[in-house]
Amino acid sequence: MKSGLRSLILALLFAPMVLLSTSAVFIEERLDDPEMEARAREISAGIRCLVCQNQSILDSNADLAKDLRQIVRERVSLGEDDDKVREFLVIRYGDWVLLDPQFKLSTLFLWLGPAVIFIMGAFAAFMFLRGRNRQPDMEVANELTADEEAELKDLINPETDRFGRNS
Amino acid sequence: MRLRFSAPVLTFAAIAVVMWYALFNLNPAEIPSELVSKPAPEFSLDPVPGYGPGLAQADLATGKVTLLNVFASWCVACLAEHPFFMELKKQNLVEIYGLNYKDKPNAAAQWLNRHRNPYERTGMDLKGRVGIDFGVYGVPETFVISADGKILDKIIGPVSKDIFDIRIRPLLKEAGS
Amino acid sequence: MVAEIGQFVLILALVTACFQSVLPLVGAARSNRPMMRFASNAAFVQFAAITGAFACLTVGYVTSDFSILNVVNNSHSLKPMLYKISGVWGNHEGSLLLWSWILALFGLAVALFGRNLPDGLKARVLAIQGLIGVGFLMFILFTSNPFERVNPAPLDGNGLNPLLQDPGLAFHPPFLYLGYVGLSITFSFAIAALIEGRVDPAWARWVRPWTLAAWGFLTIGIALGSWWAYYELGWGGWWFWDPVENASFMPWLAATALLHSAIVVEKRDALKNWTILLAIIAFSLSLLGTFLVRSGVLNSVHAFASDPARGVFILMFLIFVIGGSLLLYGIRAPMMKGGGLFAPISREGALVLNNLLLSTITATVLLGTLYPIFLDAFTGAKVSVGPPYFEATFLPLAIPLVAAMAFGPFLAWKRGDLAGVISRLKFALLVALAFAGFIWWWQTGAPIMALLGMGLFAWLLVGSVLEWMERIKLFRGPLASSWKRMIQLPRSAHGMTVAHIGVALVILGITASESWQSEHLGVMRPGEIVTVGGYDFRFDGAETITGPNYDAVRGTFLAYTGGNKGVYLYPEQRRYTDPPMETTEAAIRPMLSADLYAVIGEADGKGGYAVRIYHKPFISWIWIGAFVMFAGGALSLSDRRLRLGAPERAKQEPAVSSAPSGVKG
Repeated sequence: MKSGLRSLILALLFAPMVLLSTSAVFIEERLDDPEMEARAREISAGIRCLVCQNQSILDSNADLAKDLRQIVRERVSLGEDDDKVREFLVIRYGDWVLLDPQFKLSTLFLWLGPAVIFIMGAFAAFMFLRGRNRQPDMEVANELTADEEAELKDLINPETDRFGRNS
Repeated sequence: MRLRFSAPVLTFAAIAVVMWYALFNLNPAEIPSELVSKPAPEFSLDPVPGYGPGLAQADLATGKVTLLNVFASWCVACLAEHPFFMELKKQNLVEIYGLNYKDKPNAAAQWLNRHRNPYERTGMDLKGRVGIDFGVYGVPETFVISADGKILDKIIGPVSKDIFDIRIRPLLKEAGS
Repeated sequence: MVAEIGQFVLILALVTACFQSVLPLVGAARSNRPMMRFASNAAFVQFAAITGAFACLTVGYVTSDFSILNVVNNSHSLKPMLYKISGVWGNHEGSLLLWSWILALFGLAVALFGRNLPDGLKARVLAIQGLIGVGFLMFILFTSNPFERVNPAPLDGNGLNPLLQDPGLAFHPPFLYLGYVGLSITFSFAIAALIEGRVDPAWARWVRPWTLAAWGFLTIGIALGSWWAYYELGWGGWWFWDPVENASFMPWLAATALLHSAIVVEKRDALKNWTILLAIIAFSLSLLGTFLVRSGVLNSVHAFASDPARGVFILMFLIFVIGGSLLLYGIRAPMMKGGGLFAPISREGALVLNNLLLSTITATVLLGTLYPIFLDAFTGAKVSVGPPYFEATFLPLAIPLVAAMAFGPFLAWKRGDLAGVISRLKFALLVALAFAGFIWWWQTGAPIMALLGMGLFAWLLVGSVLEWMERIKLFRGPLASSWKRMIQLPRSAHGMTVAHIGVALVILGITASESWQSEHLGVMRPGEIVTVGGYDFRFDGAETITGPNYDAVRGTFLAYTGGNKGVYLYPEQRRYTDPPMETTEAAIRPMLSADLYAVIGEADGKGGYAVRIYHKPFISWIWIGAFVMFAGGALSLSDRRLRLGAPERAKQEPAVSSAPSGVKG
């Protein structure tokens, strides 16, 4: 999942019909310091290409993406930290360029949503299980359903393993 | 209906309403400018050869509302708005400055020569760095600049009479009154 | 002529579908047998008519009839026959026709195989199918007519996108649609049950094979798509959390949850409302995906025409189908009564956990996919939700899910013995820890996620095998008796084991390829050697070659390790002329232990070429695992007890009592 998004191609994949070109490898200047180059690449992988929609600038051969990659390299070689480099782009193009949305007021529900959904679901499941688990035992003991009766038969069946499952 | 059972249909209703709105009102390909109500970034550029004294940040604070149009000779859509800009110039409605984006000097000069020049001043952004400072991501784009050189709005794509009337004219009036 | 016939039979299909969606419902309400029986006949006529329309369009493509606009836009007389045929569904209009055809095919299948279904249920299911058919046929006829003529006819067509001229991609949409549309059957069963106000174990039995089939096709469809992305795009990536991918992943997640919850309905007569809701949601997500991909509200949509009429039509259809069914659910579901006792520590308790986690994942993917639209609509702010978000939210939910996957099947129905299960699984836990420790030692340290992934792989693999061994009492008695037990074990139980092992293999592939991938990026000159992942790659230069409808730069690499003779890799950079575009043809040497992956790009004008070389350990196991999952589903589907229509509602007791417990897809 390190590669960027090639949305148009994928659109064609899952819903065929697009025109585009793919050229995955291109020549360009790299930073001499491999550590800095690696950082520049990592930052670029998280910046969304503006003209190719769902793709990072690292993976795009669009002109603007090349320029932006170069800018990221420049900033990194100037000694700016990752956040500072991203901020440079956000000031110009907005939050939209970040593939990893920042945690802030506008993305509050985006980031908290999964936890909220899980807790609500867990609460519903808990209530359901508690309600079901507390049914008076007598009721069940007195009236075995056909289903349960059959299971009972299976339980005493020699073919049944120790977990009460017949095999 | 108890909440437990009506929650799914209510959730879907919310999604449907937003989708309906999005279908008619939102354009996912348009990324609005971050620079609105901020001063135009600093820059200073040489003119397209033969077309004026060049363009810099200070030139945009003119005391009246102006337009800064990003154009290029290789840009097909620019031809679509060009006649309208000539018309604006003729009627003297608003001054337009031209930011020539990632072009070759000769090609830009030829283009202006062939189609005529609607711009008060021009500046050549050969490497596209000024464009990036402005948050340009395609050509044409047109910035509405306030009297004191702040960015009021950005129009993405060719400017037509309709767009001018809806988005630019009110800003001109506001400044005029 | 052929276009007019196609148009005519399509209208005929629409008229039939209209009747099919009304008469049987009325018949079922009035217990009018002839009206109910009409459903099956209508399903047959509708299928025949759409088959006819599809055949007409295919004839148009095969004979390169350029008086049909759709053929002009998507075909070319010089195209190979295979791609002329796959071109039929390689476009918006044709893909919708394929969708409708599959819908009718499933309807016919219900009519044919559902002989033992009660008349009322069958009539209602077919009526709902008919209703969905009406929607799609109207959509085709009013907004996306594939038979539109063009006058005068051009001499030749515009050609098909070269990226689509690929055997993998030719068959990817049909599988995906089989999955999407298969879920419509489950949906129709759910609506019919809501109308009848009755859900019982027999209902769950009838629904399961359809869910299994749809789930299996979706698995294959998604796997084919990601495999294609892997070998064709040249980035070595295979999953991008793109909205279009999410649109196919969400129905799959919901279908997976549905498979598991339906077992609880079948065995315990419980979770009925929830299962009905899941059936509605699974199909709704398929429809929502269609809307997102084709309406233009999402960024990926450049793909499909920006014709707002289409978006409006699909959205109205969505509101009618999804909104209507959820409203029906809200009204009718409260009247349904659930079954008896339900202990948290039990098989059904584990399946509730499974559903909780899967549903949360589904909701999270939906949230991430729609959030940019919501934020834009409410505040005008633009935000991107990319892979980092999905990975950050997916993993914390998927990890406990996988951990529970080994656990759940050990628990007995009704009352599980936690201590017993833990002692059973001690061995699996030991193996998982030992395996992770071994990896740590072998790789001299590894990222925590890599160790966790490898540990989970071992845990799930060993846990699944142990559970299967437990079932047949392997090594606990004479081998002959284990053999007998294995034969007698229901195929659905084998299927569960196989499918779970498939998941383990996918985890292996993902973890290993993400954690230990090595790459080389840069310019290489002929004769230069680089070492990537223990292999030496020698670049032997590049040449220009001419293909049937393209020119290409083809590079030659020799990859070898030690004294090995090595293998040659020939990546290409192709330039098509009609339509003009460039494609990257990666050269891949797939092996069980790793894939060698080479891409060639721009020339630097001094004899060097930009290249990209990857060594991706175990990545093939992602697709092997997906296929194993599909095989598990197929095995489960072949279970005698799940044969269509086998159980009869009149004899409910035997249908339940004969059921062994470990059924799962």
